[in-house]
Amino acid sequence: MSATTAGSTAPAPTSGKVPRAETPLRRFILDFAESKLALGALVVFLAIVLVAVFAPWIAPQNPYDLAQLDIMDGRLEPGSVSEGTGMTYWLGTDDQGRDMLSGIMYGLRISLLVGAGSAIVAAFVGASLGMLAAYAGGRTDTVIMRLVDLQLSFPTILSALMILAFLGKGIMNVVIALIIVEWAYYARTVRGTALVERRREYIEAAQCLALPTRRIIFRHLLPNCMPPLIVVATIQIARAIALEATLSFLGLGVPITEPSLGLLIANGYEYMLSGKYWISFYPGIALLITIVSINLVGDHLRDVLNPRLKK
Amino acid sequence: MSVYLLRRLIQAALVMLAMSVIVFIGVYAIGDPVEILISPDADQAERARAIAALGLDKPLWQQYFSFLGAALQGDLGRSFVFNEPALKLIGQRAPATLELAFGATIMAVIIGLPLGLYAGLRPKSFGAQAIMTGSILGFSLPTFWVGLMLIMVFAVQLGWLPSTGRGETVEILGMRWSFLTWDGLAHMAMPALNLALFKISLVIRLTRAGVRETMLMDYVKFARAKGLSPSRVIGVHVFKNILIPVVTVVGLELGSTIAFSVVTESVFAWPGMGKLIIDSINVLDRPVIVAYLMSIVLMFIIINLVVDLLYSVLDPRVRLESK
Amino acid sequence: MKKYAAAAVKAALSAFVVAGALPAAAQTLNLAVGAPVTSLDPHYHALSPNYAVADMLFDSLTAFDAQARVQPRLAESWKPVAEDVWEFKLRPNVTFHNGNAFTAEDVAFTIARVPTVPNSPSSYGIYTRAITRVEVVDPLTVRFHTNGAYPLLPVDLGQIEMLDSETHANPATEDFNSGKLAIGTGPFRMVSYRSGDRIEYVRNDGYFGPRPHWARVNYRMITNDAARTAALLSGDVDFIDQVPTSDIAKLRGDSRVQLSEADGLRLIFLALGHSHETNAPYVTDNDGKPLGRNPLRDVRVRRALSMAVDRQAITDRVMEGASLPTTQLLPPTAYGALPDRQVGRADADAAKRLLAEAGYPNGFRIQLNGPNDRYMNDARIIQAIGQMWTRIGIRTAVEGQPWATFVARAGRQEFSAMLVGWGTSSGEPTSPLRSLLATVNPQRGWGGSNRGRYSNPAMDEKLAEALRTLDDNKREALLREATTIAMDDVGIIPIHIQKNIWAMRRGLRHEARADELTRAQDVSPAQ
Repeated sequence: MSATTAGSTAPAPTSGKVPRAETPLRRFILDFAESKLALGALVVFLAIVLVAVFAPWIAPQNPYDLAQLDIMDGRLEPGSVSEGTGMTYWLGTDDQGRDMLSGIMYGLRISLLVGAGSAIVAAFVGASLGMLAAYAGGRTDTVIMRLVDLQLSFPTILSALMILAFLGKGIMNVVIALIIVEWAYYARTVRGTALVERRREYIEAAQCLALPTRRIIFRHLLPNCMPPLIVVATIQIARAIALEATLSFLGLGVPITEPSLGLLIANGYEYMLSGKYWISFYPGIALLITIVSINLVGDHLRDVLNPRLKK
Repeated sequence: MSVYLLRRLIQAALVMLAMSVIVFIGVYAIGDPVEILISPDADQAERARAIAALGLDKPLWQQYFSFLGAALQGDLGRSFVFNEPALKLIGQRAPATLELAFGATIMAVIIGLPLGLYAGLRPKSFGAQAIMTGSILGFSLPTFWVGLMLIMVFAVQLGWLPSTGRGETVEILGMRWSFLTWDGLAHMAMPALNLALFKISLVIRLTRAGVRETMLMDYVKFARAKGLSPSRVIGVHVFKNILIPVVTVVGLELGSTIAFSVVTESVFAWPGMGKLIIDSINVLDRPVIVAYLMSIVLMFIIINLVVDLLYSVLDPRVRLESK
Repeated sequence: MKKYAAAAVKAALSAFVVAGALPAAAQTLNLAVGAPVTSLDPHYHALSPNYAVADMLFDSLTAFDAQARVQPRLAESWKPVAEDVWEFKLRPNVTFHNGNAFTAEDVAFTIARVPTVPNSPSSYGIYTRAITRVEVVDPLTVRFHTNGAYPLLPVDLGQIEMLDSETHANPATEDFNSGKLAIGTGPFRMVSYRSGDRIEYVRNDGYFGPRPHWARVNYRMITNDAARTAALLSGDVDFIDQVPTSDIAKLRGDSRVQLSEADGLRLIFLALGHSHETNAPYVTDNDGKPLGRNPLRDVRVRRALSMAVDRQAITDRVMEGASLPTTQLLPPTAYGALPDRQVGRADADAAKRLLAEAGYPNGFRIQLNGPNDRYMNDARIIQAIGQMWTRIGIRTAVEGQPWATFVARAGRQEFSAMLVGWGTSSGEPTSPLRSLLATVNPQRGWGGSNRGRYSNPAMDEKLAEALRTLDDNKREALLREATTIAMDDVGIIPIHIQKNIWAMRRGLRHEARADELTRAQDVSPAQ
C-alpha cells in the first residue's frame, strides 16, 4: 500500500465513457448550460460576488466606520434623507444609523467569506477523514468516527465561546468555530457512502491492479462519493451562513461594528414586531437570493458531475 | 457480534472521558461561574466563600479527579445554579425535548420522502423544480427569524395556535408528556415545524439525489425490463437503496435536534434540554454542562451504532467488523 | 390541513373553557417574566428574579415600596436602642401557610440559617453579616446586636425572607423546589414549580396584608424578548415584564394593551481602567503604537470622555425614551442622591479643548468593551458612544461579547474602558459607593466590583464616616459629599438610569416598581 508511486498516466476507469473528441471541460460547460435555471442562478451568483468584492467602491457609505454613522439617523425608513449629510438611505437605516444598502453590500462580503470559507475547509478536512476512515477501516476508522461523535455532541455555542475566550472576537475566529462544528458532518456522510462504494467491483479491480492507496481514494473513491458530498456541501454553505447568523443572535458572531448579513438580520429581529421591517427584511432577502443561487448552481453541478448520471 | 458491541462500549467510555476533560478545561478557560452568579453587592469575603462552597478554590486537576471519583459512583455533581443533581435536572427536561425532536423528525420524513421521490422520478417537471427551489428556503433563513415569523403569523395575526410554551401534560412512567393532549399538540405544532424545516429540505434533497442515481442502476433497469410493476420497482429496489444516506442523515439530525434545539426552544419558551444547556453555558454551570454533554455523547454513540447496524440490514454489502 | 387541526383544537379548548372555567378565568393571572428563576429556596441564590418569586410566598421584616423606600411588613416598627443594637417589634397574629404562628424565634432561626445554606453561589449572608447576635426579648420583640453602629440594618433585612423554625427545621433547597417546604407567610401559596417553565400559585386567603385579587397565578418564564411580547399580543399571557425598548412605541399604539413604567435603580455607566500606570490595554496612539502613560488617569481626559457623550441622544435614539440621562448614581429623588446635579449638554468642542490641554490634541485610540446580553441595548449603547468619542478625535473600536467571557476578562483588568450596570436594590447610595468607587480593600469588603480600580482617599473617608452615622439626615449629607467627590473626579462615567417597563392587556392596573420586581400582588383589574 505504498502511496509514493502515484502514476498519472493510467486513465481513470470512469472517464472512459467520454468521447475523445470533446475535452472534458467543454463537455462540462455544455452539460451545465443545459439548464436555463442553473445558468440564471450562476449569473445572479456572479453578480452577488462582484457586489461583495467591489463593495468598498460602490457602497454609498462605509458602514464599518463609526465616524460615518450618526445615531440621530437611526431606524430611518427606506428612502429617507439624512439631516446631517443629505445622503439618501434607499433601504433605510438600522439602529446605529447605518445605511442598510451599504450594510448589505459589506455584509455579503463577510457572509460569503464565512460561509464559503468554512464550508470549503470543513468539506476538505471532513471528506478526507471520512474516506480515510472508510477505506482504512480498523483502528483508524474507530478513532476518526469517535472523534466525529465527540464533535457532533459538542454544542456550537460552547465551541464558539471557547474560541472567543482563547482567541478573542473576530471574523476569522467565527470561521474557525464553524469549521470545527462542520467537518464532522462531511466526515460522517462521506464515510457512509464510501463504505458502500469500496465494496464495489471497480475498487476491487483497482486494488487488484495494485494502484497506490492515495490514487484509489482520490481518483476512484472520491468521484463516486461526490454526489452526496455536493448535496451536503451546498447545503452546508447555506447552513454555515445561517449558523453564523444564529451565533450573532446569541451574541457570539462577528464583531458588532462589522456586521454580516446574519448579524444585520439578528439586529433587526428585535424590530420585527414594531413594524420596522426593513432592518431585517432586506438583509434577509439578500441572504435568501444568495443562498438560493448557490444551491441552484450546486444542484445542477451535482447532476452534471455525477459519473453515474452520464447518458 | 457481542465482541463488536463490547468494543463499541469501551470506545464510548473513552469518548465520554475525553468529553469531560474538554469541558473542564473549556469552562475553566471561558471564565469563572462565581463572577457570573454572585450578587453584585457581594464583597471579597463573600466571593471567597462562594468559590470555596462550589469547590472552585482547588486546582483544576483536583476538581477533575474528585468529579471523576464521584462519577464512577454514578454522581455527576450538583448544579451550581439550581442546587439539584445535574442528572435529575436533565431528566426533568428530557421529555419536552424528546417529543419535540421526534415530532420534527417524523414531520420531516412524512413530508420530505414523498416530495423527494417525486422530484427524483420526474426531475424535469415543473413540480420538481418548484420543490427543489422551495426546499432551499428551508435552510436559507435563520431558525430564530423563521420562528418569530411563525409566531407572528399563526399566533398573533391569525390566533390559531398558542404562541409559546408547552401545553398540558400527562404523566407516564414518572415523566410529563404533552403529545397526548390536544393542548399539548397545539403548543408543539409551531416549534416542531420550525425544527423540521431544515430536515424536510435535507430529506427531499437526499431522496431525490438517491432516486435519480438508483434509477439508472443496472439492477433497476433489469427489474424494469423484467416487467416488474413501477410501484414494486420503486417501492422495493429503489427505495431500499436510497435509504442508506437518508437513514444516516436523519439519525444524525435526530441526535442533534435532541441535543441542541437551543434556538427553537429559546424562541418558543419550550422548557427542554436545549434551553437548559444554553442557560447553563451562559452562567458556566459546569456540573450541568459536563453531565449533559456526557449523556449527549453517549446518545450519539448509540445512534451511530444503530445506524451502523441498520446499514448492515439495509445493505448486505456493508459488513460489521467483528473479530 | 393545519388549519382544520388548529380549528379543532380551538373548538375543543373553548368547549372546556365554556363548560367549567369561566368564572375562574377572570381570577387567574397569566404573567410572563424575562429572567429565569433558579430556585424557590429564598436564601439559596441572591438574585432579584428569585427574590421576586420568593416575595410572593414569603415575607421579610421590612419591605421596599414601589419607590424603594423601606416600609414595615412583618416588623411593625424598629429603632436603635443602643449604638450597636436595633430593636424590632413584630406584627402580631401572623401565621404561615400551614397555620404555624410567626414569632421572634422564627426570626432568630432564619438569621442563623441564611449564611449556612449549602452550595450557595451567592449567599444572602451579605445582608445578615453585620448581625453578631439575635436576642429574643419576647415573642413579638427581637433585638439585633451589630458589629459597631450599623445604620443599614433595616434596609438589609428587607432582603431576608422569614422561615418557620418548626417547618423548616432541616431544609434542603430541593424541598423548596418540590413545594414541600415552600411555606411562608406571603400572599400566595405555591402549587407547582417546573424549572425553566412556570410556577403556579394560589391565593393565601389568610394573608395579613391586602388580599391579592388573583385566586390563581401562572408565573411563566419566557426569556426571549420578542416571544414575550408576542405572547402578550396573542393573548396567551395577560402581563409581561422587561418590555424591550424596540416594542415600546408599537405597544403604546396598540389599543389592546397598555404599559406601566417607573424610574428604575439600575445605573448604566462606563468604568475606566486606572490600574495600569503605563501601556493600558487597548489604548494606543493614532498609529497603533503604545502610548506610554495611561491617559485615563488624567481627570481632564476623563472629563472630556464624559462630556463627549450625548446622553440625551442615547436616551432618545437608542433607549427610545426608556432611560433617564444622568451624571450621578441614583435618580435625583432617591435618598442620598444629588437633587440639583445637572446632566448638562454634550459638548464636543469643549471636550477637544480638554484633550488638548491634557496633551492629546489629536486624540488617541481606545477600545470600548461591553456585554451584549446583559443590559437593555448594551451593545447598541457602546456603539453609539463609540461614534461620539470618535467625533472628538478618540478613535474608538467597539467590542461586545457575552457576559460570561466579558466579566472574566473585566475582572482580570484586561479592559481600559467598559460598559457595566449597577442595580441599587436598596435605593440608597452606599451600595454603589462601596462596591464601585471605593478603593479596593478586601479587609473592609470595599471595591468588590471596582473593575477600573478607581481610588480616591477623600471619598473613602466620607463614605467611612457615613457608614458609622445612625442619624439619617446626617448620613445623607455625608453620602452626598462622597458622591459629589467621586462624580467631580469622574471615577466612573454615568450614562443613564434605566426605566422599568411592563405591558399588560387593557383593563389591568399595575403598580410599577423601581426595583424591577415582578409580583402578582402588584397587579389588579382596573376599577
